[in-house]
This record gives sequence, C-alpha cells and structure tokens, in this order.
Amino acid sequence: MSEKLHSEPRINDPDDFYASLITLHAGLSPEQSQKLNSKLVLLMANQIGDRAVLDEILDTVRNRD
Amino acid sequence: MRGVRHTYPFTRPPELDTDERTHVPVIIVGAGPIGMAMGLDLDLQGIPNIILDDDNKVSIGSRAICWAKRALEVVDRLGCGERMLDKGVTWNLGKVFFGDEKEPVYGFNMLEEDDQQFPGFINLQQYYAEEYLIDEIGKRDLTGIRWENEVTAVDQSSDGVTVSVSTPEGEYKIDCDYVVAADGAHSPLRGMLGHDFGGETFQDHFLIADIKMKAEFPAERWFWFDPPFNRGQSALLHKQPDDVWRLDFQLGWDIDREEERKAENVSKRIRAMLGEDFEFDFEWVSIYTFQCRRMDRFVHDRIIFTGDAAHLVSPFGARGANSGLQDVDNLGWKLALILKDKAPASLLESYNDERVTAAKENILNSTRATDFITPKSEASRIFRDATLELADEHEFARRFVNSGRLSVPTVLDKSGLNTEDSDSFDSKLVPGSPATDAPIKANGQDSWFLKAIGTDFTGVYFAKEGANAPAGADELEQDDIPVKTLVVSDMDVAGNGLLLDRKGLLKQRLDGQPGTYYLFRPDQHVVARWRYFDLQSVRNAVARATMQTG
Repeated sequence: MSEKLHSEPRINDPDDFYASLITLHAGLSPEQSQKLNSKLVLLMANQIGDRAVLDEILDTVRNRD
Repeated sequence: MRGVRHTYPFTRPPELDTDERTHVPVIIVGAGPIGMAMGLDLDLQGIPNIILDDDNKVSIGSRAICWAKRALEVVDRLGCGERMLDKGVTWNLGKVFFGDEKEPVYGFNMLEEDDQQFPGFINLQQYYAEEYLIDEIGKRDLTGIRWENEVTAVDQSSDGVTVSVSTPEGEYKIDCDYVVAADGAHSPLRGMLGHDFGGETFQDHFLIADIKMKAEFPAERWFWFDPPFNRGQSALLHKQPDDVWRLDFQLGWDIDREEERKAENVSKRIRAMLGEDFEFDFEWVSIYTFQCRRMDRFVHDRIIFTGDAAHLVSPFGARGANSGLQDVDNLGWKLALILKDKAPASLLESYNDERVTAAKENILNSTRATDFITPKSEASRIFRDATLELADEHEFARRFVNSGRLSVPTVLDKSGLNTEDSDSFDSKLVPGSPATDAPIKANGQDSWFLKAIGTDFTGVYFAKEGANAPAGADELEQDDIPVKTLVVSDMDVAGNGLLLDRKGLLKQRLDGQPGTYYLFRPDQHVVARWRYFDLQSVRNAVARATMQTG
C-alpha cells in the first residue's frame, strides 16, 4: 500500500457522517441512488484532485471486487 | 425450558385492616432492576419508600444480560456490585465477523483504562441481578417490596399523590409525596395517565435462544454480519454464567413467528451455527421486534418516570437497563433533597433535562446501530456491505461498522447544575462527567476511589503538603447540604477521609495537581473543580447544583 491513501480514520463522529450519508438516499429509487452516488464520487474525486491518489483509490476498489 | 425460579409471598398489607390512610414519602411502581435500585438508593438517602409490584417473581428468562461498567458502579453504591461482579462473566472485547471470513474484520475493547474496580461489561442473567437486589432490600429498614400489589389508579394533587392498589385480598389506597414509575416498557402507569411514547418500531424480528452447553468460546461479544449459517442476516454469541450462552439470530420481517419459535426449528439454527456434535438444553427462547421510543417528559409533577417506562431502545448497545440505572443514580439524591426541604421541587427539572438528554443519546446510538444491522433501503444495505468489505483492510471503515455502540455513561456537560471551569485541566473528565475509578488505599485497606465518594456531595482535594486538608474545608461538613472533603496524597497514613493514590492514577486521571479541588455530586458526577480550594466557591457550586435561589 502506498503512503498516499489514508486508511486511518479522519472523520470526526463517523456514526453521524454515516447516518447523513444514508439519509441522502431516503426515498430514492435504485437509479436515483446510483446517480447520487456517482455525483458524490465525482465531487469527492475533484476535491482530492491528486491524480496519483485517485489512481490508488481506483486500484483499491478494483482489487476488492 | 426454564421455569419460574422463586415466587415471593404476598403479605396482607396493613391498609386492608384499617381506615387510617398510610403516608409514605415515595411509592415506586415496579420491582424490576430499576424500581428496586430506586428503593435502595432512597433508603441510603434516608427516605422511606414502598415498592409495589403486580407480580410475585423475578424475570423469567435471562432478558437483560449485559451490565455496563457505570451501571455496576451504581449498583455497587447500592450494595450489590461485587456480588454481580463475582457471579457475572467479565468481558471487555467485542469482535465483528463478516460473511465466510473466519477472522474478525473488527474488534473493540470496552475498557479503555485498566486499574478500575469494574470491567467494561459483565454478562449476568437479569434474574440474578434482581435476586441480589431483593436480598439487599431485605437488609434495609426504609424500603420494602409488596408483591402482587397492582396499581390501578393514581390521583395527583398539588400536595401529593394517592395510589389505588389492588391485591388478592382486597383493595386499598395509600398516600405519598412522589411516585416513581419503574413499571417497564409497557408501563401501565404511563397508559393510565395517557402520556405519549413516541418513536419507531423497526421492521425486523430477532430470535433469542439462551442455551446451556459446554463450550470453549472466549468471554467476548461475537457479532456476525451475513454469516453462512444465517445468510443475509446477522447473529450474536455471548457468554453468561452457568454455561448459558446467548444466541441471537436476525430473522427478517416476513416470517412465521410460530414456526420460528418451534424447538426443532430453533435447534436447526443452532446446529447450523455451532455444529452437529454437541449437547445443549434450552434455557429461554423468545422472538422480538425492537422499538426506540421515549416520553416527551419524564417528570409529570409528582410522578416521575424511569427506565424502560420512560425510554426504550433496541438491545444492540445494551443501553436499556444500563441507562435505567443511571436514571436512578440521577434521581435518588435529588428526590431526597427535595423531601428533606433542602432543595426546591424544581430540582426535578434537572432530572428531566439530564435524563432526556441521555435518552436522546441512547436512542440515537441504538437507532443507528439498528439501521446498520437492519438497513432500511437497498442503498443503505449496499453501503453497509461495502463498509464491511473495506473494513478488513482500512481502519477508517471499521469505525463505520456498527453492531451496537455499547453503553457508556452520558456526560452531562450541558447540565445547568455544573459550574463551568475557570481553570484548565488536562483530563478526560469535564464538569458533568461521571467520576473515573482508580485504585486507592483508605484506612490501611486497598480500595477504589468510587467506593469513597457518592451518596452525598464529596470534595476531593489533592494535598499540597503531606496529607493536610485545606483550611476551612471542615466547615462544609456542617452546612445544610454537607460536603465531606477527602484528601488525596501519596502518603500512606491512616485517617478518616485520607486517600492514598496507590498507583498515582487518580492524580493522572483527574489532572490532580497539588491544590486541586474537585466537587462531586451524590451520583459521583463532577459538578465543579478548581486549582485551589475556596470555601465560598464550593458553597456557590453546591447551591447551583441544588438549584438554591437564596
């Protein structure tokens, strides 16, 4: 694992964040949920910006599935 | 299957044979763990009380099994902590498993700091806890239980409450100043008074099977998401005393309860989980749905609600009985001061505020755990499974895994009873925190800090020189609401109120630099602290903590 990808917890009150994330999907159809998640990915990716880190994240999920 | 352990005899109440109306300061409705603890706490406070129960036995089946550190500390103050600890199975570790993977994806330790009398948790069947409380009540003069005394009506006026009671031999009325409702989740009293109990019911069923077997699993809480033996659902394994094991299977919403409850079907589940080659006996089987609810207010003038009667959570997190005992801890001293005319009745508002805050926190944690275990939407389920898949490799994801955030005491840091810090402290404790324990020596005996404080206001002074109390501290003992000052030092001298900080941990945990003075409420919560001792500051803090206006 490279040094760039953070595995350690960085979000305060993770339960609260997780609950907010799930609440976003309340009442959405599967397709709407998927679109919402896609927007999240794109926004978060842009926020990260660093292409090396992004590639590493892509690798991480590619390896998992 | 286990039957009734004991029945407790009905004794003909004296009120049936006289026209004179009995008056007792407090009537407690319900002889469960919360009602009985309430009776004991009021007895310690010198307040006579009677506990009324419509039944004649302790809980059938294990029911509540996980007793948290803070709850044990509360019952220890009431006289039953060590007995529960001795009989209970001590555990601090929890492990979470996912899918076919044999290794846990996540583990947690409930005891952050060693060197405390009580562990993070013990497991003990509810009936044992109740029997110990009944035994302790038997030793006290100011509390007692009336079995098979069912409350049929309560009539509240501005100066008291009249309680109507039905018994196998007739009916009677009894007067009191306050009623404490500890009559459980279905609280008949709450129903009689028509109070709200808002919240949600979760669309899921769980099967609890307590079985007796010889097994070598460690004393840890094991939780499975989507295990091969209960695909798409969760399961839990937990050890209790007497070789009894709690198995808890998530069943889903669309099930046939009668089918699932059948012994052969429960056995099939158990065999799938634990294997074919072992013997076991059923101790208790029950199918549950879970709810998170609470009353809007816990105090209704002279009728005060506690425990499950006031607030209900799902069992994931063990926040039911454990929070109920904190209700008792919070209420006992306040009620006593009011009944002794040392504090205004409005002090009860602080019980309402502090314990409603605690209930909100418990319900929030319990709801989130339940949402993680029983996702309400497809998106939620996919997020959960993704979290569990990431958790194996990524520590951050483990923090999102929620199989129950286990009971920790509520920090009352927003309470109006606290005096805000004017000095800085390098301690996890803040005004409103329950005290942390540490090993001490008092009067030549090794003991624990929490055994030295509580039931009254207690000052804890870290000595500057030798083991001397600050000048003037003894005057506080003569006050209307007395404060006893304990002196902490590193000197091993015997004497009333002198504590040797055996391992230096009290100083470390409280940031007890020389001259520091902590004031603890009777429920062992920090209510004020200073880097110096000042008589008037302590008196002001006591006045604030007891809502004195004058």
